[in-house]
Formats: sequence, C-alpha cells, structure tokens
Amino acid sequence: MTDTTAARTIDRSQMQVSDEVAIEISNMNKWYGSFHVLRDIDLTVYRGERIVICGPSGSGKSTLIRCINRLEEHQAGKIVVDGIELTSDLKNIDKIRSEVGMCFQHFNLFPHLTILENCTLAPIWVRKTPKREAEEIAMHFLEKVKIPEQAHKYPGQLSGGQQQRVAIARSLCMKPRIMLFDEPTSALDPEMIKEVLDTMIELAEEGMTMLCVTHEMGFARQVANRVIFMDQGQIVEQNEPEAFFKNPKSDRTKLFLSQILGH
Amino acid sequence: MSDTHAQTVSFVRESMIPQSEPPAGNRGAVLWMRENLFSGWFNIITTLISLYVIWWALSHTMPWVIRGIWDASSLTECREIRDATLPEGTSAACWAVLTDRWQQLMFGFYPRELYWRPVLSLIIFLAAIAPVLFPHTPRKALALTAISPFVMFWLLWGGSVWFPVSVALGFVLGWAAWRALAPLAGTLIASIVAAALPIIYWLYTAGPLARELEQAVALSIEYVPSQDFGGFMLSFIIGIAGIILSLPLGILLALGRQSDLFIINKISVGFIEIIRGVPLIVWLFTASLLLNYFLPPGTNFDLMLRVIIMVTLFAAAYIAEVVRGGLAALPKGQYEGADSLGLSYWQSMRLIILPQALKISIPGIVNTFIGLFKDTTLVVFIGLLDPIGLSNAIRASTEWNGIYWELFVFIGLLFFICCFSMSRYSLYLEKKLQRGHN
Ligand SMILES: Nc1ncnc2c1ncn2[C@@H]1O[C@H](COP(=O)(O)OP(=O)(O)O)[C@@H](O)[C@H]1O
Ligand SMILES: [Mg+2]
Repeated sequence: MTDTTAARTIDRSQMQVSDEVAIEISNMNKWYGSFHVLRDIDLTVYRGERIVICGPSGSGKSTLIRCINRLEEHQAGKIVVDGIELTSDLKNIDKIRSEVGMCFQHFNLFPHLTILENCTLAPIWVRKTPKREAEEIAMHFLEKVKIPEQAHKYPGQLSGGQQQRVAIARSLCMKPRIMLFDEPTSALDPEMIKEVLDTMIELAEEGMTMLCVTHEMGFARQVANRVIFMDQGQIVEQNEPEAFFKNPKSDRTKLFLSQILGH
Repeated sequence: MSDTHAQTVSFVRESMIPQSEPPAGNRGAVLWMRENLFSGWFNIITTLISLYVIWWALSHTMPWVIRGIWDASSLTECREIRDATLPEGTSAACWAVLTDRWQQLMFGFYPRELYWRPVLSLIIFLAAIAPVLFPHTPRKALALTAISPFVMFWLLWGGSVWFPVSVALGFVLGWAAWRALAPLAGTLIASIVAAALPIIYWLYTAGPLARELEQAVALSIEYVPSQDFGGFMLSFIIGIAGIILSLPLGILLALGRQSDLFIINKISVGFIEIIRGVPLIVWLFTASLLLNYFLPPGTNFDLMLRVIIMVTLFAAAYIAEVVRGGLAALPKGQYEGADSLGLSYWQSMRLIILPQALKISIPGIVNTFIGLFKDTTLVVFIGLLDPIGLSNAIRASTEWNGIYWELFVFIGLLFFICCFSMSRYSLYLEKKLQRGHN
C-alpha cells in the first residue's frame, strides 16, 4: 500500500491513552444463521486509543465494529460502550449510537438533503439542538474538514473524497466520544485518499478514541497505538504498530502482511 | 511561444467568434421534423401513414363536433334544427343536452339553491391542498389544511356545525393522548391508546356531545342527505377522499410489511393480499350489502361513507406495494446511516427513508391515484349517481332518450382533464425533487 501519510509529522501531544475504558468486549460471539462469524472476541479499548483493525476480506472486521453500535446484533458475550451495556433495550441502543460516530466505506450520506442538512439532522432531531445552533456547529466541522463552501450543495454533486469528509463532519456534529471507521478510503480514487486520511489524523491528534478498519498501513504505522489482526472471525494478533509490522508472530499475520505490503 | 507561431503559421486567430445559430434548415421545427419524421424511407412511410390516420379520424369527427347544436331542449328538437339548417344526411352533435343538464352532471340532485356550498368546498380544497403540493407556499398554511376537511364536510352535508367539531375533537384527543403517553409509556402503548381512545370517543361520546352543544348553541345550515349527491361532485368527493386517505394508510402498510414484528408483518401482508386479490366491484357490493350486518344494529352507516372506506382500503393496498418497491430500491446504507446517527425508527423513516422511497414511487403512486379516480365510476353498480349513473338517468327521460355520444364525450373529457393534470403534476414533482447525480 502507498504511504500516503508519510509527508506529515504527527503531533502526538494530545494523543494520550488514559486508563479509562471506552469499550469493553468480552467473550463475544456472533453467528449469521449457522455461520460463526465472530468467535470469542475479547477487546478492551481505552479512551484516546487509535486502533487499526486489519485482516483478509471476510474475516469479520466490519461485523466486529458494527456490533459496537448495534448495526449488527451479537448473540453471546458482552459489549459495554461508555459504561452502557448493549442489550436489546432500544433506549440504550439509541443512547450509544448518539455517542458513537461511524463512517462507512460508501459514505451513506443522505442524497435528498444538502450537505448542511446532512450535518444538522441528527443534532436537531436526536440532541434537540436549536436549528441555528446546529447550523453553527455544522459549519464549524465543515470548516474543519475543509469544505465549508460546499454546504449548500447536494452529496451527488461532490467528489468521493469530499463526500467522505462530509460523512466525518456529519458524525462529529453529534460530538461523539468514539469514532468507528469501516474502510473509509477503500471506495476512493487514489488521489482522494490522502485528504480523508489527513482529516482522520487530525481527529487522532485531538485525542479522539478511534477504531479504524483500514488497509492503509502508513496510516496505521503513524497514528495507531495498536494494530489488531483478524482472521476467520478471531483476533489473531494485536500489538503496537512498530512491533506488529517488524515481528509479526503468527504465520497468518506474516502471510497477510507479505500480501498487502510486499508487491 | 508566439514567436514560433509567427514563423510556422501564417495566420493565428486572436479572438474567438461567438457561436452563431445553425442555418435555417438545421434548426427548430424543420430540424426536428427532418430528424424525427423524415430520416430514412421507413420513417417517411410511417409518418405518411400516421398523418393519413390522423386526418381520417379528425375528418370524421371534427365536423360532427363543430356543427354541434347547443340550443335545444330535447333530442327531437335537436334533430329538427339539424334537418332544417344542415344538408340532408349530415350528422351533428347535440351538445344541447349538456347545456340543459350540466348542473345535474355536476351536482346530481343536490339542491339547486345550495350549489355554492360544493363550489366553495372545492375552492377551499384547492387552497388547502396548495401548501401540500407546492412547497414554496407558506408553511403556516398547513394549519388551515388540517381543519379544512371538517369545514368541507360541513359545507357539503350541512347540518349542525357541532358534529364536525366533535369529530375533530376525536383527533385532538388522540394527539393529546400520544403526546402525554409517548414519553412515559413508550411509543407502542402510546400509539395503541392514541388510536383506541378516539374510536371509543367517536362511537359513544361524539354524537351525544354534538347534540348537547347544538342544544346549547344552535348553529346549523340546511342538511343535504347523501342520496342527493351525484355527478362529478360525487366522483370528486369519493376520489379525493380516497386519494388523501389511502396514501398514509398505504405507507403504513408498506412499513408494516417490512416490519420485523411478526403480528404487524402478517396483518399487513394478509390485508394487502386479500384486498388486492378481489375485484373492487366485489368490495363495493360488500360495502353496499354486507357491511350493515357487521355493524352494531341501529347504526345507519352512510352508503357513501362506506364506499369511501372501501375505495380507500383498495387503493391503500396498491399504494403499499408501490411504496414497498420504493423502500426496496433504497440502498441498505441509508438505513445504516440513519441508525448510526441515533435516529429513532420513526425519525429515520420520516426524515431519511420515506422521502427517498416516496420520490422513487411517485409514478406508481400517481398511477394508482389515477386508477382510483377512474374507478369511482364503478359506484354506478351499487346505485350511486356518479356521472355514468346520471347519464343513464338523463337518457331515461323523454327529452333525451337515445342520446349517447355527447354525454360520454363530456364525461370522458372531464375525467381526462383531471387524470392528465395528475400525471403532469407527478412529472413536475419528479423534476423538482431531482438532486445532483444520484
Ligand atoms: N448479513 C450477512 N448475512 C450472512 N453473512 C454475512 C452477512 N454479512 C457478512 N456476512 C459474512 O460474514 C463474514 C464477515 O463479513 P465482514 O465482517 O463484512 O468481513 P470483512 O469486513 O472483514 O471483510 C463474511 O464471510 C461475510 O460473507
Ligand atoms: Mg468489511
């Protein structure tokens, strides 16, 4: 993979990991019908951590992070987010979803609403923020992702990179404490990947707790404080990026890294 | 750069000449005709054949239409005038039946001196529907839209003003129950109570309450029974009420059919399949004959109201399937995007999913509406006097016995104007809702 982030020096001053637990997953299992997609997942994420999840296609990465905000339901084990356990209680689910932002591979912007409306929708309806204030917040974050001038356009009129940055801004407008990214750059043309990664790096520098499924190993090396490798529904290996890339322990990790890095 | 040019090229244009119109043979109507009608021998032949067919059809009908006689009081008189003024053997329409009976075709047997009431209702309807159809009208007008059905009801049927008022109170009651209960008991219980409370109220309290109020403050206009309603007024009332009521019901059914809740899902599927699988005319007979057996004895449930309910249910089943198609066409990511932001089910439906699904469904929905409106003519079979029923009645009179075409041309034309307007509106709406590329 290209080292798209190499040029930038990262400001690590804010990137402190606290010992407060943000997400606690213990002994979690999930099935699709009879297909055991996640097996005995144990994962503790501390506030301020930047975790990159990688692994071959179909290994369950998306399913894992989608379980964290209940886009998928787990069948066994426990997931606690911000001290709230995920059960079928709808109130808890809505509460967690409003605290956890998510960015998707295909952006999932709302095409019938303007960029600004995309960003103000959830604050207005979920947080009950007055419209004027929600618009100010939205403009603030649109400036942060560097597209305030597009506020009154529709998503269909923007490039992929711009749409993904809007999607990030839309999540940020809810002032989330945790951000989930599911391959945010995989659907983008190469020249747009950098602008999205830069936005994510900025977020990391501000101390956001982040879980990213991505194959951008340059990003992982620079920003992550932990890299997790998944295969066949299991967490096979996790380590600090340095050690993870230099001395992968399991054979599966070695194979995966050789495939993704060594061409 | 310019130096090299100067050496190698003898002339370089410094400024561009503005684009000019293409020559006359290549533009406007001439170009269009050349490209669409006369390109190639096959097109030329089909064009000529079409022109001949059009000419043939028009040359046989137009003289009949144009020569039509407008001033006569019976068909016999029409024929006398025709024979006196036109050469023998020429045919001529007898439009006089329309000038003589248009009021009946429009209003049925509604009292003549009260025609202003349905006309005023129509005006109120058009004013009330405007803010719904055209979003640039002020939003405040929607409040008036909400009370307009009750005003129109009162104008059309007359009687005590307290009756529509007490019916409207039922809606207020349901709304208040929902507002009070939703935060305390959750949406499910709140919606059940909000639906049940008004029904109980309408069945047991609304009638006596209206009578009490009328006794306290008498405020009524002349009552007109449903039997006197007829003509296009009847078609409009049934059609418009059916259209307005079937849309929300159809949307709810479509959502129900998508629901994970077993009971709701099965009820929706069963309802849609049963209603859709039986011809409308059977449902209308059910409405006119059977429904009385199921209702509590003593309730004299107005036939027109029963027809409106049946037509609504029938159209709702179709709308539900059209909307389901729209829902299915939305990418899963839209649901996930809405969910991931913490929007509740109803919020994500109302703000994200339905606006897009309905936009996709517009052609199908309008198609259903047009079908519904035309199907109102079926009520003639259960004895209601819609325009077709009235044309039969008019033909049964001694003056107009034997007249067919003129009445049907008129009825067809009016229906066409209404349906064509709906179709044009749907095109306008689709265009207006276009957003960027996707
Ligand atoms: N809704 C679903 N129903 C059944 N199987 C699914 C569903 N979603 C994903 N899967 C399967 O679960 C496995 C893991 O999927 P996913 O989490 O998307 O993998 P990754 O994101 O690592 O590529 C895959 O084998 C996929 O086919
Ligand atoms: Mg995936």
